[in-house]
Parts: sequence; structure tokens; C-alpha cells
Amino acid sequence: MDIIEVINLKKYFACNQSFWGVKRWLKAVDDISFSVKKGGVFSIVGESGSGKSTVARLLLRLITPTSGKILFKGKDIQFFKGDSLKEFRKSIQIIFQDPFASLNPRMTVYDSISEPLKIHRIVHKMEIKNKVVEILNKVGLQADILNRYPHEFSGGQRQRICIARALAISPEIIVADEPLSALDVSIQAQILNILQELQKNSGISFVFISHDLRVVKYFSDEVAVMYLGKIVEKAKTEDIFNKPLHPYTIELLSSIPVIEKHKDKNFQKYNEKLKVEYEAPDIFNETSGCVYSARCNKKIEICNTIQPELKKIEERMISCHLF
Amino acid sequence: MKTSLLRNIFWKRFKRNKIAVIGAIIVFLLFIIAMFAPLFSPYNQNDIDRNHILEPPSFKHPFGTDDLGRDVFSRMLYGARTSLLVGFVAVGISTIIGIFFGSIAGYYGGWTDRIIMRFIDIMLTIPTFFLILAVIAFIGPGIWNIMVVIGLTSWMGVARLVRAEFLSLKEREFVLAAKAIGVSDKRIIFKHILINSLAPVFVSAVLGIAGAVLLESGLSFLGLGVQPPTPTWGNILTLGKDNIEIAWWLSVFPGFAILLTVLGYNLLGEGIRDAFDPRLWEAEQG
Repeated sequence: MDIIEVINLKKYFACNQSFWGVKRWLKAVDDISFSVKKGGVFSIVGESGSGKSTVARLLLRLITPTSGKILFKGKDIQFFKGDSLKEFRKSIQIIFQDPFASLNPRMTVYDSISEPLKIHRIVHKMEIKNKVVEILNKVGLQADILNRYPHEFSGGQRQRICIARALAISPEIIVADEPLSALDVSIQAQILNILQELQKNSGISFVFISHDLRVVKYFSDEVAVMYLGKIVEKAKTEDIFNKPLHPYTIELLSSIPVIEKHKDKNFQKYNEKLKVEYEAPDIFNETSGCVYSARCNKKIEICNTIQPELKKIEERMISCHLF
Repeated sequence: MKTSLLRNIFWKRFKRNKIAVIGAIIVFLLFIIAMFAPLFSPYNQNDIDRNHILEPPSFKHPFGTDDLGRDVFSRMLYGARTSLLVGFVAVGISTIIGIFFGSIAGYYGGWTDRIIMRFIDIMLTIPTFFLILAVIAFIGPGIWNIMVVIGLTSWMGVARLVRAEFLSLKEREFVLAAKAIGVSDKRIIFKHILINSLAPVFVSAVLGIAGAVLLESGLSFLGLGVQPPTPTWGNILTLGKDNIEIAWWLSVFPGFAILLTVLGYNLLGEGIRDAFDPRLWEAEQG
């Protein structure tokens, strides 16, 4: 069963380019569709500016889409109001990239984590404190930090507090927007373990947004690769890593740094000096051709003029003229 | 590591700034003087003594006497009360109005924001002092009128400041997280955004008091402010102007008092601003 279904979602931001008002549209998310299975982990990967975080904000209904639909358990989230909106807010939570910006600096740990409990009346007033401690233990923190402020903690600890806040109302799905990228590598592993345990033990579904393919490989069931607002390839995690098809996916995989000694078989074959003529993508991309054509090393004639459709090849979806 | 750590850092930083501490001392002394004016003053501030008109400073009258033989020292002490009252009430009014409009404009954006901001632009085109003069000419002078009018004409800066804070804070992740949790707009505005933008508002209020004190003195000097016989530094200055050639003490002491007060609030305000600066906090903990 799909917990979230995204259908032809678009989000364009208007950028006023000149005084005379010729509007340019930044297509942050351009016609994407995917679905997240209950209890599953769906990853979205892509470089900076590919629209990953915009997708996260759209899923949470923090911004409104330009067009398209997001269905939560079959219902369009755009029409939620009052009680149904409250119910929706209770079911989906988000963890942000920057743990330094995602906690209110004037609220203690207790205030931050008890706020969702109070708003959704999860437990009786007398029980709140016990519940907060219980949640903190879940993410590996102790009760003695309750009255401390965010600036007293390290990045990893703050991210745990953020996870605890997201967990407080026992959501069915958590959108994790690059939850590891601001942390040290050793801390990344700890946080990833916490997320993995949650997913296994509590059956929470995840939308996991990242640009770190190594992390994605260990965590997710399905992966969508985004480039300039579009999904260029979407497949089961094994398929993406064992047999990437889209030139951009191959580029991403080849960009994973590998230490000589411990070469991972999977990554090794793509790491053999794939030379990509790097060109910063034009975020206002207005060509009619493939979004990736400017950087693609397998470009053919048609790529410059026509944007390939997302089509089904075997078990995967891919948007490329070569297939 | 205690819960009051933020406050501790603030104090540590503030105390290190000598000039700010001087400002704080000046302001503190003004408070003491205003509060205990009856205890300190050797005479009743309004007692007229026809036998001792325009006497220069002496042991009996430390700041001399005015043209009605009133003790200038006593009148100055009571004047401190007036300037303090006007400063605080006027700034209180302007800060509340400014926070209200600023947070609505900043949080909701769009047309609400545009209308409020254009209204502020219009208000700013009117020279405040002359607007106040015109209004006072209609409703008549008096200490309460002055306070309200100063408050109603000086909130625009606060509103802009609060709006700017809201614009940047409402995009911050902790505010988005609060929205995702389902926190109400009202609670987000107060608990999540406003509380984090109070430092600059507080600083601008302290600096605003200096401006209000100066405005009140100016109005009283012109005879449109607090009316005699209630003593204020402004109307003592007026007497000083009338008798400048024979009684220097009538101009020097109130003039100096105004200067010291404005200086005190400015130093204090800037000291608080520096101590509050969060960019310097992180380094502090290092």
C-alpha cells in the first residue's frame, strides 16, 4: 500500500529578472511522480539545486505546489483543513539538514520535544515529562539534558533532538532532508543507525533525501535520481547501484570517492576515471532538449531538441533517449 | 552548564565593555534620582522665593535659582522624573505598535505586507517634529498628550526592524519544523519568531528612549510640551534662553543633564547590542 503518492508535481518559483517585469520561472520541481510504500524507504538523490529540498517542503505542505497532486493515503493533502489537517500534521514529520538552524534557540530541549505532545494532546499533562524522557532514550539521549538550550549541544546531539521532536507524535512517515550532510562522518553512522532502527522497529516510512549515495545504498528500498527538477531515473536500490543506466546516475556513482585498499566492487567499475565535462547547470533551463544534455557525454542529436519522456524499461523508470 | 548560560554570556560580554557599563551607571543613577527626587531635593520644586531671584550656584542653592526664585536643583531632580516617564511611556507605545505591525507584515507577507509598508513609508515622509507640533496645536500641550503623540509617531523604525527579523526567521528550519508539527500561527509568531527577534527590538527601544527624551525637551523648550509649573529640563532651558546673559546656570545644568541622559541611553543601548550579537557568542564558547 502506498502511503504517499505524488502525481505530476510541479513547483515553479517566479524570479523577477528585470524592472520591466519579464518573469522567469525557476522550475524547482518539474513534473515528477513517485510513490512511497508503507514502511518503505524512498530515497531522492541529486546534486545541489536539483529540487530535492523543495520536494520535502511540498510533501509536508509547507509550500503549495504550482500544479500536481500529493496524495496521503489516497487523499489530496491540498484539501486538508481543520481536523483533517491536524491529523495529517500528526502523521508526517520532517528532519532538516542543518541541526543548528532547526531548533528554536530560546527553547529548552524539554520545550522543543513537548511542544508537539501538547499540541496534539498525545498524552495526559502529567505524563508529558515521562514521555519526553522516553523519546529521548530512543535516540540515545539522557534525561539530564531536559533543561538545556540547543547551543549547548554538538551537531550530532542536536540532530538527535530533532529526530526526537519528529518522533514525539509517532508519525507514520518521516521526510529526512539530508539529515546527515551537516555532520561528521563518525556521527553520520550513529544517526543513520538510529534512523534504520526506527524504520525496522517502528515501521515508519521514510522519504530520505541525500546526495550521498553510499548512505542511500544502505538505507533505502527505492531510489529516484533528480536533476534540475526532474526525475531522470527511478528504480530499486539494487538496480540503481548494480546497473545504472542514465548517464547522470553513472556520473553520480563515479563521483563516490573510493580508498584504494577497500574498493567496493559495486562502485569500482564506475570509478575508473569517468571524465565529465562539468558545467554548472543553468537553473533557469529554458531549452526544449533534455535537461542533462549540457553535461551528458553520450549525447546524440535528438537530446538537444526534445526532452525524453520518463519511460519504463524492465523494472525501472528512465528518462533518456538512449534507452 | 546551567540553564541561565545565555544570560551569563550576555553579562560577561556586557561587563567587559567599559563604555557600556558607564552608560548603564548613568541610566541607573537617573532612575535613583527620579525615584527618590523628594528625598534629595532641599526645597519644594515649585516654591517661589521673591527675595532670591536668579541667584548663582551657592551652598544653599547648588544649581542657583530661576527668575521666580525657585531652586533649580530641586526642579532638575523632578525634571528627571518627567523625562524618564515620557521616555518610557512613549517608547512603550511605539514599541508595541511597531511589534504589532512589523510582525503581521513580516509573517503574512503579500498584500498585508505591502499595505503596511507603504503606510510606514508615508508616515516617514512626514517630518515627525512638525507633525507633533501640529497635533499638539490641536489637542493642546500636556504630559500625557506628549507621550501618546511621540509614541504614535515613532513606531515605524521598530516595525521595519521587526518585519526584517520576521522575514529572515520565518524561513528558518525551526519555524518550518513548528509548522510541520501543526503549531498555530499565533504561537509561531510569539513563541518561535518574536522571542528570537526581541534583542534588536530591545536595543532599539533603549536607543529610542534617548530620542524621546530629546523630543520632549525640545517640545517643552518651545512651550508645547509639559506645561509649567511642572518642572522639566526643557522648560528650565527656556528660562535659561531668556536670561542667558545674566544666568548661565539656567542653561548649563539642564543642558548638561539632557546630554548626559541621551548619552547614557545610547551607550547602554549600543552595549546591549554588542553583548547580544549572536555571531560573537559562538566564538565565546569555542
